[in-house]
Parts: sequence; structure tokens; C-alpha cells
Amino acid sequence: MRLRYIAHAALALGLAAPAFAQETMETVKERGVLNCQVGLPTPGFYALAEDGTWSGMDVDLCRAVSAAIFGDPDQVEYQSVTSAVRFTSLANAESDMLSRTTTWTAVRDTQLGLDFTTVNFYDGQGFLVPADSGITSALELDGGVICVLTGTTTELNLADYFRANGMSFTPVTNENVNVLVETYLGGGCDAYTNDKSGLAARRSAFPDPNGHTLLPETVSKEPLGPVVRQGDDAWANLVRWVVFGIINAEELGVSSENVDEMTSSADPNIARLLGSEGNIGEGLGVSPTFMVDVIKAVGNYGEIYEKHIGENTPIGIPREGTLNALWTEGGIIYAPPFR
Amino acid sequence: MAVIHNPDPSDSKQRGVTRLFYDARIRSIFIQAITLALVLGFLGWLTLNTMTNLAARNLSAGFDFLDVSAGFGIGFTLIPYQESDTYLRVFFVGIMNTLLVAAVSIVLATVFGLIVGLARLSNNWIIATLSRSYIELIRNTPLLLQIIAWFFGVFVLLPRPRQSVELGEAFFLNNRGFYMPAAVPEPGFGVVTATFLACIVGTIALAIWARRRRDRTGRHFPAFFTGFGAIIVLPLGVHLALGSPLGWELPELKGLNFTGGVSVPPSFCALIVALSAYTSCFIAEIVRSGIQSVSKGQLEAAGALNLPANWTLRRVVLPQALRVIIPPLISQYLNVTKNSSLAIAIGFPDLVSVWMNTSLNQSGRAIPIVAMTMAFYCLVSISVSLVMNYYNARAQIKER
Ligand SMILES: N[C@@H](CCC(=O)N[C@@H](CS)C(=O)NCC(=O)O)C(=O)O
Repeated sequence: MRLRYIAHAALALGLAAPAFAQETMETVKERGVLNCQVGLPTPGFYALAEDGTWSGMDVDLCRAVSAAIFGDPDQVEYQSVTSAVRFTSLANAESDMLSRTTTWTAVRDTQLGLDFTTVNFYDGQGFLVPADSGITSALELDGGVICVLTGTTTELNLADYFRANGMSFTPVTNENVNVLVETYLGGGCDAYTNDKSGLAARRSAFPDPNGHTLLPETVSKEPLGPVVRQGDDAWANLVRWVVFGIINAEELGVSSENVDEMTSSADPNIARLLGSEGNIGEGLGVSPTFMVDVIKAVGNYGEIYEKHIGENTPIGIPREGTLNALWTEGGIIYAPPFR
Repeated sequence: MAVIHNPDPSDSKQRGVTRLFYDARIRSIFIQAITLALVLGFLGWLTLNTMTNLAARNLSAGFDFLDVSAGFGIGFTLIPYQESDTYLRVFFVGIMNTLLVAAVSIVLATVFGLIVGLARLSNNWIIATLSRSYIELIRNTPLLLQIIAWFFGVFVLLPRPRQSVELGEAFFLNNRGFYMPAAVPEPGFGVVTATFLACIVGTIALAIWARRRRDRTGRHFPAFFTGFGAIIVLPLGVHLALGSPLGWELPELKGLNFTGGVSVPPSFCALIVALSAYTSCFIAEIVRSGIQSVSKGQLEAAGALNLPANWTLRRVVLPQALRVIIPPLISQYLNVTKNSSLAIAIGFPDLVSVWMNTSLNQSGRAIPIVAMTMAFYCLVSISVSLVMNYYNARAQIKER
């Protein structure tokens, strides 16, 4: 905690080493590792195994960018910090990018010196209550004590929702999601609120996941995606197009299993994606076949989804019929074309 | 061989310059000027560097965000606050919460520290050992750990609202907080308050008069006890005479939680208990050393004069002990204020939590927010040292 204040102070005094825009790619290549910021270990999105390896939907994005640059998904140094300091840490150049269920908002995009690249998960805020409380709707939470993470859009939406519905609440806040969840499980609040994906992820790690109910209301829009520092357009392009590439791969039927055969595909869209045709990699400052490395390492969007948060995982977030289905299947996961 | 000393005209001028350098007053002015220039230059460079860095990072600076509405809820506020209030309001909410924690902890720590400190001097072996173990145990455990232990080990584990611990249908303790009745003044209560204030002013005047008279005539008047009695008895009398113009609003269980009355969250309770216990240990040691610093001869002299025991304490021991006790005591009070920032670990909305953390993150205005926080803590520290210097100057032994 101390260290963070020193970082704030250093930022305030303008003493921090100026890590200037336009150079992230060179810095990363020179360093040989990508500093990728994730949150405190959360199942499905940025989970930490006992042997110290990270995995998850957001972690796979770090690995994908590393694969695009180095041809190797493991040249990543994970930086795990609380939600409350994520933007300072990124603005301070402690990390090169942030991939951690972060909501794209106007203030964040325009006033924090940050750039949101794109959206890789469409989420919304919900409430989790103990099943034995008998609560079945968020509208029954009037006068409730609500556990909420500080420094998030969650705490702002919470206030908005109660205000809009003429209800009152008392927030119990913490910047550390683990402390907050402990408080909720200990009965210190009537409900725990977060992005619904986050709730599902946390709940999967509860001692008794079935002892808790997710209320039906979705009270906000939470488009989540990777973020970079503002001012380095080339770097933002790379991160953005790696995500687009992963989405296009699913749409075109390219997966980690068939990517090698697909390199000789006759479909010009696939040929351009995998670099057997055209020079898209050049414009991004990486090898022409960067998407081959990316897909080999992490798979396409659908593979990543099913592996980490899909219905066959403990998190179990269904995809079919939700916003996160491909646009061709009624969702809004859609990427501009590789051409 | 005679050496003819041929004075060089430039020599005297040089000696003039050298002389200037050897002149302590001029030299010190010179050094001060250079230091000042360096400091100003450094500050200028810092400002410029900050501005360049901020611009390079596309970060917003400036204080214009202060009148933007903050938009988040705060779990406990001493002054009225709602989500649509401004960031500036959040700053004051944080300051008031910090000061409240500090004030309550200081009072509790002082009372408890005094008791433990005296117990430590007791001739009774059990009492002395108990208090000593208490001090060693609490003082040598990290404060953060104690705060977290009290929060998770005690206050979060309390029963849920429906099974609250209840005291006379007026006080309730559960894992959402501690609820007590709120006083609601009714017409006429202003008179009681006015009587109370008048009694305080009267007591101060009485004390001054009694001291002057004692200095003049040597006769004693028990101003302290008279005044203290008046402060309690008179307002109480007026209160009863007016038919108790004070209503009480009791907390009651409505829906999910208690409403009405006054309440504090578990994080506040944990913070107060941990902070006061921790600080009371240091205060106990300060009290003990202060009392032990009064030489035995003083007591023997008081005994020889046949002073009654409470006079020996009040007129001989305390004035001398306090001289040793007060300065370190005040710096403990300052420590409490600063240590209260550990509140963030358990989510109590003090200044650091609500301002340096939440507001900074939501608004992204690191510089003004860090600067304002530093200014607050700086102001508190400076005021405390001013009080301390004033006290020290007054409490010096007046040698005659
Ligand atoms: N999307 C929101 C909330 C982010 C958030 O709270 N993330 C959840 C998971 S979805 C979490 O538990 N994060 C853990 C952490 O940040 O340490 C925001 O960007 O402010």
C-alpha cells in the first residue's frame, strides 16, 4: 500500500521516468517481455494457479499480444493490482497494457490519459444475494447494505440505480475484492454487486456456490476490453487488431487445431488473416504471420470463451443468445475485416 | 637582503573581496541567497517537469473537477452527503470522518492509557503484571493486523440484524453496525444548551478569579469542583423544569436493516477499538514515566508539610508529571490521526480511503488530490506542533 502512495506522489511530482508515447513496441521488444496488468486473481478471467501460472480469458489476451510480438505467448510479466490503482499504474508506465474486465467509459477514455482499444466482453452489473435471504429482485434491496468494490463503475452504477428507483442503501466498500467477498460471505452485507461475469467467477470459488442467488436485474452496460496509454497509436492498433484477429478467426472457422492447414486455404479472407497473402502484419510492426502464432497459442474467440468461462467450466456463463455470441449468431461480437 | 614590499594595486581590491568572504554576516546572506535560488529553481523545474509530463501523458490536471458530482455512495458520513454531491464535499466528508475517528480514539486511548499506566505502577503484583503484559502484547503487534483481526475476528462475526445483541430496546449491535438512539431536540432545548454554555463560561471565569485570589491572599477556593458541579446540575435542573424538551428516536428493524437513530458501521468499531487499544499502550508508558519522573523528595516534602493526599497529587505530583507527559502525549495524538488512515484496509471511509483512493480513481486527478491530502495532514501536524510549542513555553520550570 505504501509503495502505491509513493507511486502516486512520484506521479504527482512528475518525477516518474517519462515513458513516452510512440515507443511502447520498442520498449517491449527491447525488454523482451510484455508487462500486462491483470486484477487480483479471479477465476475464469485472470486466475492464478498454485504453481504461479496465470490463465483466463483476459490473460489469454496478454498471451495473444505476446505471441504476436515475440511468436511466443509466454514472454509476459503479469502485474496483479487492485481495481483502484489500475489506471495510475498504467498511466505510470508500470504496465504496457491492461486486460482485466475494465469498462469503457467516457471519463476513463478522455481524462485519464488512457485509450480503450475495443470490447472483448459485453457485460452488465448484477447483484448476488444469499439464497436463504428470500430476496428475488434487486428492487427488494431498499435499505440494504451492499458490498461494492471501490474505484469501479460498479459503485457509480449502484448509486445511480438506487437513486433512480427511490431506494436507499449503505455501501460497504473495499479496494480489495478478496476482503469484500469475505465480508459478504461473513454476512456483513445483504448483497454483493459487480459485473455479472465477475459475480459468476467469484461465486464459482465460494465454498457453497449454490447457496447464493444471482438476481435477474441487469442495472448497467459494462463493455469490457483491453486498455493502453493514450498517445501511442501504433501500440493501440496492435492490441486492437489482435482482438479483431481472434474474433475474425472464429467467424472464418480458423481454430488452434486447424490453423496449420488453414494457412494454405483458398479463402482470401483466411489467407489475409494468416498472412499467407497481403502485408497486414507490416502495418502493425509484427511478422506477417502473427495471427498464426496468436491462434496457435490461444485459439479463436470461441475457443477462449469456452475454455475459460463457457458452460462447461465452473464459471458457466452461457454464450448462445447473449450479446457475446458472434454477430452471425445473433450476438454483437463483430470485428472489422482484415484487408 | 632587504625585500622591498611593493604593494600591488590589485592586491588591496582582492583583499577587499576576501574580507567580504570572511565577514560572517555577508557570507551568510550570500549563502542564503544561493540556497533560496536553488530551492526556487528546483520548485520551478518540478512544476515545469510535472506539466510537461502530464501533457505528454494526456492527463487532466487542475482543480476544476472539485465541483463535479462524485456519483458514488459513502457508507458512513458525519456531515450530510448524497451521491449527487460534489468531489469537494467528498473531501470534507473524508476529513470529518478522519477527525471523528481520531477524536474518539484519542479520548478512549487517553482514559484507558491513564488507567493502565497507573495500574502498571501498582504495588499489587497481579495488577502490575497484567497491565504490563497488556502493554507488551498490544504494543508489539502491528496495528494493521490488529485492525483486520478486530474487523474479521469480531465485528463481522456478530449476529445478523434479526438476531441483534440488544440492550434495553435502545442499543443494538449486529454485523451491520452499532445502533443507538438519536437525540431529537424539541422546542425549549435551546435554553438547556444555553445554560450549559453559560455554566462553562462561568466556570472558566470562576477559575481565573480563584487563582487571582489565591495568588493575592493565599486562600483556596474549590473552583474546579464548584464549576464542574454547576455544569452538570444547572442544565439538568433547567432541563427537568422545562419538562425534558428532548425526544429520542430509537433504531428499529425495518426490512433488511435497522433504520432511525444513530449508527456506526463495523469498520468504525473495529478501527476505534484497535486504534485506542494500540495507542493506550503508548500513553500508559508515557503516564508511568511521567509519574516516575517526579522525585521522591517532592513527595516527602509534601508529606512533611502534612498536605492531604489529594493535594499532594493535584498540586505537587501532577504539575510536575504533566510537564513530562504532555509533549509525548500530543505526539501520540498526532500518531492516532495519521494511523487512522489504515482505515482503508477494512473500508472505513476516512480521508485516505474516500479521497486518495476512491476519488482519485474515479476522477483521475492525482495531483490536486494528493496535494490536498498532504495539505490536510500537514495542517494538522503544524497546528499540533504550534500547540505543543506554546505549552512547552508555558510549562517550562520558572526559575526564580
Ligand atoms: N467493470 C468494472 C468493474 C471491474 C471489476 O470489479 N472486476 C471484477 C471482476 S469482473 C473483479 O473482481 N476484479 C478484481 C480486481 O480488480 O482486483 C470496472 O471496470 O470498473
